[in-house]
Order: sequence, then structure tokens, then C-alpha cells
Amino acid sequence: MDLILFIITSVIALFGAGAMLITRNAVHSALFLLLNFGAIAVLFLLLQSPFLFTIQLTVYAGAIMVLFLFVVMLLGAERVEDMPDRLAWSRPLAMALGLALLAVAGVVALRTPPVAVPDSAQAAGFGEPAELGALLFTRYLLPFEITGVILLVAVIGVVVLNQRGMKR
Amino acid sequence: MVPTIYYILLSAALFTMGVLGVLIRRNAIVVFMSVELMLNAANLALVAFARQRLTVEGQVIVFFVITVAAAEVAVGLAVLVAIFRSKRTADVDEVSTLKG
Repeated sequence: MDLILFIITSVIALFGAGAMLITRNAVHSALFLLLNFGAIAVLFLLLQSPFLFTIQLTVYAGAIMVLFLFVVMLLGAERVEDMPDRLAWSRPLAMALGLALLAVAGVVALRTPPVAVPDSAQAAGFGEPAELGALLFTRYLLPFEITGVILLVAVIGVVVLNQRGMKR
Repeated sequence: MVPTIYYILLSAALFTMGVLGVLIRRNAIVVFMSVELMLNAANLALVAFARQRLTVEGQVIVFFVITVAAAEVAVGLAVLVAIFRSKRTADVDEVSTLKG
């Protein structure tokens, strides 16, 4: 049952990623990426991490994709690639390099000896949001605080980058 | 239970697609989306390993990655808007002023 769900979801994820690469229109790319993010969220749920499932849907599929769509439509940058490519040789080279990367990653992944995954009875209670939250506020408190500072810096950076009418 | 290796292979495939997007596409926003795809592929591998070893630390790392990715998207898109305002283009080939 898990395997069937995994296969369906991974096919959807791969389709979303591939279609994002192929479509010429940036809005369509964003929507296919949204499909891919949703599929990955379902995979998180299959891997017993309901908290990350929620975060993936709200932060990635919600906030980040809205930001992307907003910027695409604000700039009117849907179709910047209609002109022919000036670096025509770059595409086959990129394809070859990508295939090489996939081959290397696949070989490395397949060389590792298979480890038995604990079944759901052994993993009962694993990945509860309470467990994750307790870890965040005890052992990983300092990184947690640092992400708060990073978000603050991001807010200030966005405001500074996009202010108009200020004399330098 | 699905073996971890399947998740790792899927993650590798998604990561490769992200790399191809960065290398092939010329629309700066789509290049950015491909970077997000790569981050997601890495997150998937982390969660799969966390499930295999029954350690929540992997999920904590993914939480931090998502937070930093949100900050990175906000700043990156602000940079793109600033570039668009001065250059009137979102094509990465046109923004080559620093080329030697």
C-alpha cells in the first residue's frame, strides 16, 4: 500500500519538475512547481513527518509560491525566453552534465548497502510535532534563535533593496 | 515500508532536474524556482534518512532549511525586482555587466 502511494506521488513529483523545466511560460512553471511541492509534502507524510507536511504546504506551497507568482506577474516576465538563445551550445552541454550528475548520484546511492527500515509498529510515535518542538526549544535553541535573526535581516534587506526616491 | 533507496533515487532525480533548470533556462525567476527544487530534493533525502534511523534531528534540519529558504526567496526576488527596474529584463544572459 505504501509502495503504491509512493509510486503515484513520485510520478506526480517528477512530472511537475519536468513540466516546470519544459514550459516556456514562467507562470506555468510556477504552477507546475506548486504541483511538485504538493507531491513532496505527501511524501513527507508517508515518511511520518506531519509537522513538515504542514510547513511544506503553508510556507512553500503557500507563501513562497505566491511570492513567485506575484513577482512574475508584477514584472511581466512570463515570456522572456522567446528570443533565440545566443549560447546555443550551452543546452546540449548542460544535458550531458546533468546526465553525468544523475549517473554519479545513482551509482553512489546504489553502492551503499541496504539498511532495513523500521516498520510502522516500531516507529509508532516517531515524528510527532511535540517531539520536534521539544528538540527545537532545548538542544537546538541557538540555531532557532539564529533563524529568527536571519528572517529579520531578510525583512530589512527587502525593504532596503526596494525603497524608491531616496537620495544616496 | 518503502525502502530508503527509492526516496534517495527520487531525490537525486529531482535534484538533477533542478540543476538542469539552472543551467538551461534563461528566465531568472525560473532559475530561482529550480534552486528551490534542489532544496526540496535535499529535504526529501534528509527526511527519508531521519525515518530510516528514527532520529528527529533530520526533521529539525529540514525545518531550518525551509526557514532559510523562505528568507532567501524574499531577498532574491527583491534583487530580481531591483535588477528589472534598472535593466528592464529578467533574462540572465542580458545581465552581464560584470563580464570580464
